[in-house]
Parts: sequence; structure tokens; C-alpha cells
Amino acid sequence: MSADATTVNLTPKQFGSDQDVRWCPGCGDFSILSQVKKALAATGAKRENTVFVSGIGCSSRFPYYMSTYGFHSIHGRAAAIATGVKAADPELNVWVVTGDGDGLSIGGNHLLHAVRRNLDINILLFNNRIYGLTKGQYSPTSPYGKKTKSSPHGAVDFPLHPLSVAIGAEATFVARALDVNVKHLEYVLERATQHKGISFVEIYQNCVIFNDSAFEYASGKDTKDDQTLYLEHNRPLVFGKDKKKGIRLNGMDPEIVDLGDGVTEDDLLFHNERQAEPSLAYLLSRMRYPEFPEPMGVFRCVERPTYEDMMMDQISAAREKQGVGTLKSLFEEGETWEVN
Amino acid sequence: MVVATQSQDAGKGSDKVIELEEITVRFAGDSGDGMQLAGTQLTDTSAIFGNDVCTLPDYPAEIRAPAGSLGGVSGFQVHFGSRKLRTPGDTINALVAMNPAALKTNVADLEPGGVLVVNEDAFNKVNLQKAQYETNPLEDDSLKKYQLFKVPMDRLNAEACKEAGLTGRAAGRCKNFFALGVVYWLFGRSMEPTLKWVEQKFGAKPAVADANSRALKGGYYFGETAEMFTVRYTVAPAKITPGKYRRVSGNEATAIGLAAAACRAKKPLFLGTYPITPASDILHELARFKNFDVRVFQAEDEIAAVCSAIGASFGGALAVTTTSGPGMALKTEGIGLAVMTELPLVIVNVQRGGPSTGLPTKTEQADLFQAVWGRNSETPLCVLAAATPADCFDMAVEACRIAVEYMTPVILLTDAYIANGAEPWRIPDEDSLPRLDIEHPTACEDGQRFRPYERDDKLSRPWAIPGTPGLEHRIGGLEKSDGAGDVCYDPMNHEHMIKTRRAKIDKIADTIPDLTVVGDESGDLLVLGWGGTYGPILSAVERCRDDGVNVSCAHLKYLDPLPKNTADVLKRFKQILIPELNLGQLRTYIRATCMVDSVPFSKVQGMPFRIGEIVAKIEEVLSNGKKS
Ligand code: SF4
Repeated sequence: MSADATTVNLTPKQFGSDQDVRWCPGCGDFSILSQVKKALAATGAKRENTVFVSGIGCSSRFPYYMSTYGFHSIHGRAAAIATGVKAADPELNVWVVTGDGDGLSIGGNHLLHAVRRNLDINILLFNNRIYGLTKGQYSPTSPYGKKTKSSPHGAVDFPLHPLSVAIGAEATFVARALDVNVKHLEYVLERATQHKGISFVEIYQNCVIFNDSAFEYASGKDTKDDQTLYLEHNRPLVFGKDKKKGIRLNGMDPEIVDLGDGVTEDDLLFHNERQAEPSLAYLLSRMRYPEFPEPMGVFRCVERPTYEDMMMDQISAAREKQGVGTLKSLFEEGETWEVN
Repeated sequence: MVVATQSQDAGKGSDKVIELEEITVRFAGDSGDGMQLAGTQLTDTSAIFGNDVCTLPDYPAEIRAPAGSLGGVSGFQVHFGSRKLRTPGDTINALVAMNPAALKTNVADLEPGGVLVVNEDAFNKVNLQKAQYETNPLEDDSLKKYQLFKVPMDRLNAEACKEAGLTGRAAGRCKNFFALGVVYWLFGRSMEPTLKWVEQKFGAKPAVADANSRALKGGYYFGETAEMFTVRYTVAPAKITPGKYRRVSGNEATAIGLAAAACRAKKPLFLGTYPITPASDILHELARFKNFDVRVFQAEDEIAAVCSAIGASFGGALAVTTTSGPGMALKTEGIGLAVMTELPLVIVNVQRGGPSTGLPTKTEQADLFQAVWGRNSETPLCVLAAATPADCFDMAVEACRIAVEYMTPVILLTDAYIANGAEPWRIPDEDSLPRLDIEHPTACEDGQRFRPYERDDKLSRPWAIPGTPGLEHRIGGLEKSDGAGDVCYDPMNHEHMIKTRRAKIDKIADTIPDLTVVGDESGDLLVLGWGGTYGPILSAVERCRDDGVNVSCAHLKYLDPLPKNTADVLKRFKQILIPELNLGQLRTYIRATCMVDSVPFSKVQGMPFRIGEIVAKIEEVLSNGKKS
């Protein structure tokens, strides 16, 4: 690791590469690229210490558009490759860019295990609920019944919900954002990169070609206030145009209530992103369109030792106890004898 | 048994000592009987005494097969001699059988007239039934061609342990040392090294240490006092290259070699791996080497194992992944990525019986095609194969050298036979190891954009690692333009890159040793081998040559690229015989690459070649050659 000579933050533009960006005009990826650059600039990231690792899919082109180090790998394996990068040099600022197909289908296993190990890497899952690069087959997050080229009669798979999966694997930082809500997206990305440990961010990303308007409910002027709920730590769960609606717990289940008529904010469910048990975060991840407003923002942010720190601690402890290994000690371990 | 001399001995309990050139002893018992430990102790004691030794464990595939069952028998074979030994022995001269199942599954390998020591107490009705014996073999005539010694080990061992305060099951666990004591007495071994080992191992548990010592001595003194054994055997020390030695199995040697290479390269060693038989011992060894900055990552699967290693290599570590055949199959796509991104990576495949799950604990050499050709598209990489347990060290270091020097993945093939087998290893002089100097680029010329695919005279590209300002670059699985390293779909660039990747592998031949011939440089017959068949092939050829047969041998440890003189060497012989533990993969490969035909000699039984089998084949080929 070498320190950059300057302490002045780079500009977002300086995080861009000289390559032409080849996403379809109007693709949600453009916005995400911009907000990532902004978040890097805002958090004082260094190009030389930042690594973007991706798999295969539209989103996985991402590293080519950054001026940092980058690895555009193979389908589904970005999390595994990023794990190796981080283990080789724990000081690096490592990002994984993946999609719903790449991360949850072919790479589901790696994603799950990277999450549970709590490496200090940021996983951005661009969820467009479709296979874009292979031209429009249903993905593991496509809704039940989705008609696509590979499911002309409607998909009979039930979808995976990325945040429920991440929370099930006890991710220490879990958040959701929307490609077109740029301010909030940048905020979430900054929070993600500042978190020490795994950061799992699901980004609703519109694929204009194969699944246009999949998130219209969350972005449309007329629907977004009622169909999304922006989480704030230690604040009650309120939503709606005038923040007149809220979420209350009825036994174990959330229910929508109108504020007023004897119902006050104190009756509502309060968000606590620092709750050690992941049950609240999981409950939030189960609130889905159209029955509920979908929570956006930071679901969970808790502390836990990172994989790489514990790995390096074991190495330092061994070196302290046994001394730094030498070839002689390596070769002559155990029983040796001389032949003259 | 090869008899050296016979002499009368004044010692009590026996009247005769026969000196032999070499002896093979096999311990066989339940997997819980501690046969591996008894075998290891006999190995170390013999090595310290100055014999050459070569060993082979034989485990059941099931970890906890029912006690006393045929499937649960575990064995350990020790071959020690007063001359250079290269195999664990074709047939065994002495068998220690701890129960009927062990007898049944092993006695066929005992030479006629061989020493058969059995634990008489274990031959009860239940055990006989489990071993599917209808009558007790100790009481019928079925074992009469052997020197049978019936020792009531349970009883005698319990007696010996009682004084140490150990009874029941705890005492039963010392039974292997009682058997070992009998063997020590029979073959004139000193008890000292084992007593010392017991002291070190069980020092914290005095009762256990005491009981094991007493069991060992109990067995030894039983041999001495019981008027049972009329003959003892000794084997003189061998003439061995002076130096400091230790015993290593192939897997241990591989682990030590990888760690040593990382030390030489002044790099952390990253191992990304997933447990798989018979490769897991490399993982276990490396997991202990924390103070060498060995970073062991037990991945969620074989794919993550190789991919994490690729990531670690990109990140600047010396990266390794270890596995066996089925795991190799899963890693294939990842290995293709390593070829495309031209990152150094060592992939160890400890070959086992296949296909599919196959015979997980048994040996085979059938992954050569997979290593050389088994990837989509034109995906060349370097393929090496270790010849013996100790050679795994040299080849592991060599794999690392080539990987970093040529920026390429390297597959190192070993196999279950040499991975589990053990032999003395002369501890190398540090300066004799390759240096593995690695130079990461640190900067570009002012204003220039870094060119990650700019090549040196080895066609190797620069290994620029994250953390280096000014060298930020992107790599990946898409075809890249040579030099600049940008994504490139240009047809001519693609063909150029395909050819360049191949040419780079071919260039490795500039830095590897020529193929050498043992015996005459030309003649009627050359026996060509590769990998773990080295021991039996060389021993067979030496035996034939001792008998005046004109035959030579050569052994390939570099498969891709082949040593430059390979075709020249082969063409100097009228016939080539290729013994291998597959259906003729090297034969096909040699025919394709050197345009030389050969006589195949295949064996695919999960077992290594016996020397005798190869000798017989040599004789057959030579006599057929004369006829034609
Ligand atoms: S196919 Fe969809 S996801 Fe892919 S680039 Fe085009 S709009 Fe974006």
C-alpha cells in the first residue's frame, strides 16, 4: 500500500476511465456509475487502492468504466475473486458489482458465503429482475408469472428477495436504493463504503430494453410516496405524501395504519438499524409491493469482526509466539536425523 | 525376501538371525486400531537407523466403517532396506493382522513362507462372522504356507498396561504398540526412537505415556522370551547421501514446497481450497504454517477456491489451489480465466481413481488429458508431474517458479500413491532453491498509460498489483488487445493472442532440464513414464539391467511443455514402452506431440504398479520385438 501524495479528494470525474460506456441509452446503470464515483470522491477514496470486481452481465461491465483497478471476471464468481483480493491485501477498498442473475443464480453460493464471512467489501447488486445481456430471460428475482422469452407462459419460479437472503446470512450492513433517486443512492453508497465489514446494497435498476418500468411503483411521481418508505434510524416508519401513514406491529406482523384518530407516531414501529438481532431487518425485507410500501435505505448496520482482520490476527499471533517462519524451521519441523 | 547373510545368534528366544537386503512389513487392523501410527513409528525408527524406507498407507474410503468389518480395514506398509528403495514393496514379507477382517483382506499379498503375526484374541465368533469366515483360519490348514504366529495380544497388552493404571478401552488403544514391539523384536529395531516419541507426545498424560511404553516393551519382551519365533531378521543401514533427513509424505512435501517458494519470493502464500480426498492433507499442513504468513482460505466450493486464488494473485500474493479430479472439473472455467488474465497460479491435482467420485482413496494417473487439454478453446498452461513423495517438494517449488516467471497458471499433478506414501527427504540447502525474484512494476513513464499486456522476452506480462499508483488497469475474461490490454474483438488480434499464449508456454522449455535416460542412450527398449510411476519403473529397469537385459528408462516430470529433447531421445530406441495408470494417455500425447508410437501398458485398479509386473512386461516386449 502506498499513500497518495495528495490529501485533496479526487473529483467524481477522476474516477472515470477513458472507455466508452456501452450500456443502452436510458439504462439505470448510468446513474449508479455516477453515484458510485461521487461516493468515492466524497469519502476520499484513492484510485490505486480501489478495486472493482465484477462477474458477467450488463452491470459487470462496470470496472471498465472506472479509473481504479478492476477485474471483470466470470459469471457469478466476483465475490470469490474479491475475497482473494481482500485476503492478499486487506488494505484495499474492494467493491463487487453484480446483478440478480450473476449474484443470485449462478453465483448465489459465493454471495451467501462472502456475506456470512463478513469481509470488508461492498457488494452492489444491480437488481433489474431480468437477464439483460442474454436478451431477456426471467431471472431469480423476476416475479412469479413473469412472461419473458424463456417463460412465454409465465415463470413458475417463485422469486428470491436479495435483502432477505443477505439478512438470512447475517450481513452486517444491508441497504436498498433506487437508481433514479440519485441523492439517496449516493447517501447509501457512502454509508456502505464507510461500514467496516460486508456491505450489501440492492439497487433497483431499470432495464429499459427488457424490463422497462419494473420499478415504476417506486419511482413514479404518483406512486412512489405510497409505495416506498424511506428508513431513518431511530425514527418511526412513516410514509405517504404527507407522512400520514405508518407501519405498526400487530403481533409479529406489520400493518399499515393512518396517523391521527388516536394513532400517534409512538404507536408505530421504530427503525433501529443497529439492532443486534436481524429479525427487524428481516421483517422490513419482507414488506413488498403491492401490499406494503417497500423500505428504502439502511436496513441494518452492525459491527462484527471482519474475516481479513481475524485472519491477519491469527498470523500475527503465530508470528509472535513461534517467530517469523524461516526456511530452516519449515524444513526441520518434527523428527530429523543425520546421515554421515 | 532378499537374503544377504545368515548367522547363528546366541540371543535367547531364537537361534538364528537372517540378514536381509530389504523387508516389507504391513500392519493391518480396524481403522481405529492405530495401524497408521504403528507404521509411521516403524518407518521413523528404520530411517533413523539408516535404512532407506518407503511407505504406503491404505485407508478405507469410509471413515467409520463398522468395527471388524472387511470395509473397515486400514493398512500401512513399510518397506525398509540396505539399498535405495523406490517403492513400498511388491509383496509383503511380514503381515501383522489385528483381526480376521484384516487377515482376510491382506493375506493374499503375503509371500509364501512370510511371517504372519495375528492377534489371536480377536479371532472370536463375532469377528469371524463379520469377516465372513466360516471356520477359524487359525485352526484350519488354510494358513499353512506362512509362518503363523498366534499372539494373544488383547490379553498380553492388557497385562502390560495394567501396571500403568490403564484398563479397558484406554488400554486397548495401546495394542498397536504391543504389535509394534513384537515387530521391533523380530526385525531387530531399537525401541529408543519410539519411546522418545511417546514421551514427547504424551508427556502431559503420564499414564498414557507409561501405558504405551509398557505396551511396546511388552511386545518386544514377549518376542524375546516366548519360545515362538525361531528366526529374527536384520537389515543393515543403507548407503545414503550424507545430510540431514526427515520423513515426508508427498502431500507434506507439496505443502512445504509451496510455503518455501513463498518464502523465497518474499510473498504471502494464499491457498484457496476446498476439502477433498486425497488432497486435504496439503490444506491441513498449510493451515499450520501461519507464522510463514500462509493465508489459508477454506472456500465454499472448488470454484470459489480457484477464483479466490485468482483474486489473491491479482492482489499480489503467491496463489495456490489444491484439489483432486472432481474438483479439477469444477475449477476448469476459473483456470481458463487465469490463462486469459495471465496471472500466476499453481493448481495441485492429487489424482485419484475416477471418473466421477470413483475410488476416492485410491490412486490413478488418468487426469493427464484433463490437465493438458481439458478446457474450452485454446487454453494452454504449464503441466508438471511429481515422481516421488519427496519430489513433490521440488516440483511444487518449480511450479511456483514457472508461474511467476511466465505469468501463467501451472498444474502440478501428483497422485494418491505418492501423496500418501512417504520416504526420507534430504533437507535441501537453502541456496540450492530457485530464487523466485519477483519485480512488480512501480510506475509508468510520465504521462503514459500503463500497458498490462506489454510482454518481455519470455512473453510474460507485467504483474502490476493494486495499491500501486499510476498503474491502475482492468483485466478480465474478455479478449484483450496485446500490449494495451483493452477489450478487443479484432479478429487478427484474437488469433495473435491465441498464438502468443501458446508460444509463451512453449518458451518455458528454455528453462527446464532435458529428459535424461537411465541406462544406455539408445537401444532396443526405452521405458517411458511420467509422474508417480517413477519408483516401480526405475526399480524394474534396474532389476532387468542387473540381469543383463538391455533396457533403459526415462521419466517425464514436465508434460507441457515437454523437455526439448524428448522426441530425439525417444527416436533413439527401437521400441518405447509406456506403463501408466490409465488407458494410455501419455502414449496418445506422445504420439501427437513427438510422432512416436509406443507399446502401452495400462493398469487402472486403484493400485500402483508392482515392480514385477513391469519386469514381466519388459521381457514380453523385448521377446516380441525379437520375433518380429
Ligand atoms: S439490456 Fe437492460 S440492463 Fe443491459 S444495458 Fe441495456 S438497459 Fe441496461
